[in-house]
Amino acid sequence: MTTGTKYLVETVNLTKKYGDLTAVDNLNLEVEKGTIFGLLGPNGAGKTTTILMILGLTEPTSGKALVADHDATRNPLVVKSMVGYLPDNVGFYQELTGRENLYYTAALNGLDKDEAEKRITEALERVNLLEAADRRVGEYSRGMRQRLGIADVLLKDPQLIILDEPTLGIDPEGVRELLDLIKSLARDDNKTVLISSHLLHQVQDICDKVGIFVDGKLIASGTIDELAEQIFKGQPLRLEIKADPDEEALIELCKGINTVQDVKRQGDLLVLSCERDIRQELVKCLAEKGYNLLHLHLKGFTLDDIYRRYFQKE
Amino acid sequence: MAKDMAVRDLIRSDLSALWDANKGLLAVIRKELADHLSGKRFVILALLVVVACLAALYVAGSTIRSSVGQDKLEFVFLRLFTTSGSSLPFSFISFVSFLGPLVGLTMGFDAINGERDRGTLSRILSQPIYRDALINGKFLAGVAVLSIMIFGLGFLVAGFGLLMIGVPPTVEEVFRILAYLALSVIYISFWLALAMLFSILFRETSTSALASIAAWLLFAIFVGLLAGMIANGIYPVTDSSNIQQALANTRLYQTLSRLSPTTLYDEATLTLLNPTVRTLGPVLAQQAWGAIKGPLSLGQSLLLIWPHLVGLVAATLICFAVAYIVFMRQEIRA
Repeated sequence: MTTGTKYLVETVNLTKKYGDLTAVDNLNLEVEKGTIFGLLGPNGAGKTTTILMILGLTEPTSGKALVADHDATRNPLVVKSMVGYLPDNVGFYQELTGRENLYYTAALNGLDKDEAEKRITEALERVNLLEAADRRVGEYSRGMRQRLGIADVLLKDPQLIILDEPTLGIDPEGVRELLDLIKSLARDDNKTVLISSHLLHQVQDICDKVGIFVDGKLIASGTIDELAEQIFKGQPLRLEIKADPDEEALIELCKGINTVQDVKRQGDLLVLSCERDIRQELVKCLAEKGYNLLHLHLKGFTLDDIYRRYFQKE
Repeated sequence: MAKDMAVRDLIRSDLSALWDANKGLLAVIRKELADHLSGKRFVILALLVVVACLAALYVAGSTIRSSVGQDKLEFVFLRLFTTSGSSLPFSFISFVSFLGPLVGLTMGFDAINGERDRGTLSRILSQPIYRDALINGKFLAGVAVLSIMIFGLGFLVAGFGLLMIGVPPTVEEVFRILAYLALSVIYISFWLALAMLFSILFRETSTSALASIAAWLLFAIFVGLLAGMIANGIYPVTDSSNIQQALANTRLYQTLSRLSPTTLYDEATLTLLNPTVRTLGPVLAQQAWGAIKGPLSLGQSLLLIWPHLVGLVAATLICFAVAYIVFMRQEIRA
C-alpha cells in the first residue's frame, strides 16, 4: 500500500454511462488534503454520480476513484469508514429523535455505547442542536435537519467530508452558519471537504479550489483567481460609474477617455469597458468637467462571472 | 519476518472488517426489531390477528364442549385450532392462513422504497456496512418479529384452550402444534419476502402496497378459481364421464392450485393438525382397501407434506434471492 500522495481524493479517467447517456466523462479530479474543494455545476451535470462513485455506492463504467489510495469499488468499507457523506435532501427517521437517529449511525459504524454517546454529544454541540436532540426529527425544520446531517457526518470522525448541495433550501442566516461550520471543519479540524453545489455565490467564499463541472466533464479546475485569469485573459476590465448630472454628454466624455472601448447604460449605472485600470484618470477628468461622481466600482470576477462565461463559450 | 507481520496484519484487518460488517448487520436488525415492535402499524395488525384468533378459539372451545360425548375424543386439543362453529365460520388456522399474509405484506411493502422516500437510504449505505446488510437485516428482523408473534399467539391460544376444555395436550399434539407454528412462520416469511421484492422493484410505496395486495388476492382466491376453470376446460366432467376423466380433472386442478403458496400452506396445515388425513390427492376405493383405519403418526404426516414444506421454503428463498440481486445492482440515487 502506498501512502503519502498529497491527494486525498483522486479519480482516474472516471466514467459512468447510463445507456447512451454519459453522466460522468473521463473525470480526472484531485483534491488535496485539508482543503475545501467546490464541485460546481448545474443540475444534472453529474456531480452526485461522481460523489456516489467516490463513495463506492455506484460502480464506475470505467476508470477508478481513489480515496487515500483505496479503490472505492474494491474496498468500499474502508472508504466508507473514512468518508462522511451528507446526501442532498438528507433524510432521517421521522419517528425517532435526533439523538436516536445518530445512535443508529454510530451502531452502523461499530462504535461502542460509551464512545457513541460521547461523540454524539460532541457532534450535536458542534452543530448547536443539543437542545433539540431529544425531539422527534419529524418536528425539525429543514435547516435543523441539515445540521443534524452534519452531526451525523461528524460523529464518525471522517477524514473526508462530502456535502451534496448542503445549502439548498436553507434561509440565508442558516446558510451563513452552515458555511462557517464547514470552514471551521477544514481550518480547525484539518478535514478535507468536498462540496457540490450549483449555488455559486454561496460557496465561493469558502472554497480553496473549485472545479467546474458541465455535462459530465470537468471543464476547469483551480483557485478562483486562477480560473479568472485563465478565462478573462485579454478581456477588457469593466468599470461601473454613476455621476451627476447623468446625461448623454457624459457618455461621450467617457468614450473619449484613453483605452475606453465601449460604454453601456445598465439601469442607472454606466458600464465602461477598458483595457486597463483607468480609475484615476476618469475621476480627474470628470471632476474637471464639473461632474459629481456618485459611484465607482471596478468589477472583479466572481465565480458567477466565470461560470457564466464558460456557458457563453459552449 | 516483516512479510509475515504484514500478512498477519492484513488478515487481522480483514477479520476486523468482517466483524465490523456483521456489527452493521446486527445494528440493522436491532433497529428494525425496535421499529416493528414499537410501530403503530404492527400493533394494529397484531391486535387484529389476536382478536380474530381468540374469537375463533372461543367458538371452537364451545363447539367442542357441546359435542363432548358425541365425537371421538382423539386429538381434542388439536381441534381447538381447526374447529369452526356456526356463529363464526372461521377456525384459528383459517384466520392465520388469511390474515397471516397481510401481516407479512404490511411489514415488508415499504422496506426499501420507504427508506428511499425518506432520503435515509443513501445515508445508511454510506456508512461502513455492506449493502446486503440492510436487506438481510430487514428480512431477518421481520422473520424474528413474525416468529415472536406466531409462537406467542399459538401459545396464547393453547393456554386459553387448556383453560376452556381442561384436556391437556399429548406430547404428539405439542409437537404437531410446534410444527404448525413453524410452518406458519415460513409461510408468512414468504409474504414478507414477496413484499420486500415489490418494495425494491417499485419506487413508490403506494405501488408496492397495491402490488402486494394484488398478489395476496391472486394467490389466496383467484388461483383456486382459475385452476378449477382450467381443469374443467381441459377435462370436462359430466355425469357420464369415466373415472379417468374425473381423476385427470382433479389432478390438474390440484397441480395448478398448488402453484399458490396459500394452497400449499392450507394442505400442510390440515395434514399437521388433523392426523386422520392420510392423503392429499384423490384416493380410489381399491387403493384404500385393506388400509388400517387410524391416525397417522407425526413422522408420517410430515412425510406427506414434505413437498409442501420444501415448496414453501423454496418460494420464500426465491423471492428473497431475486430481491437481493435486484437490490445489489440497483442505483442508490432516487
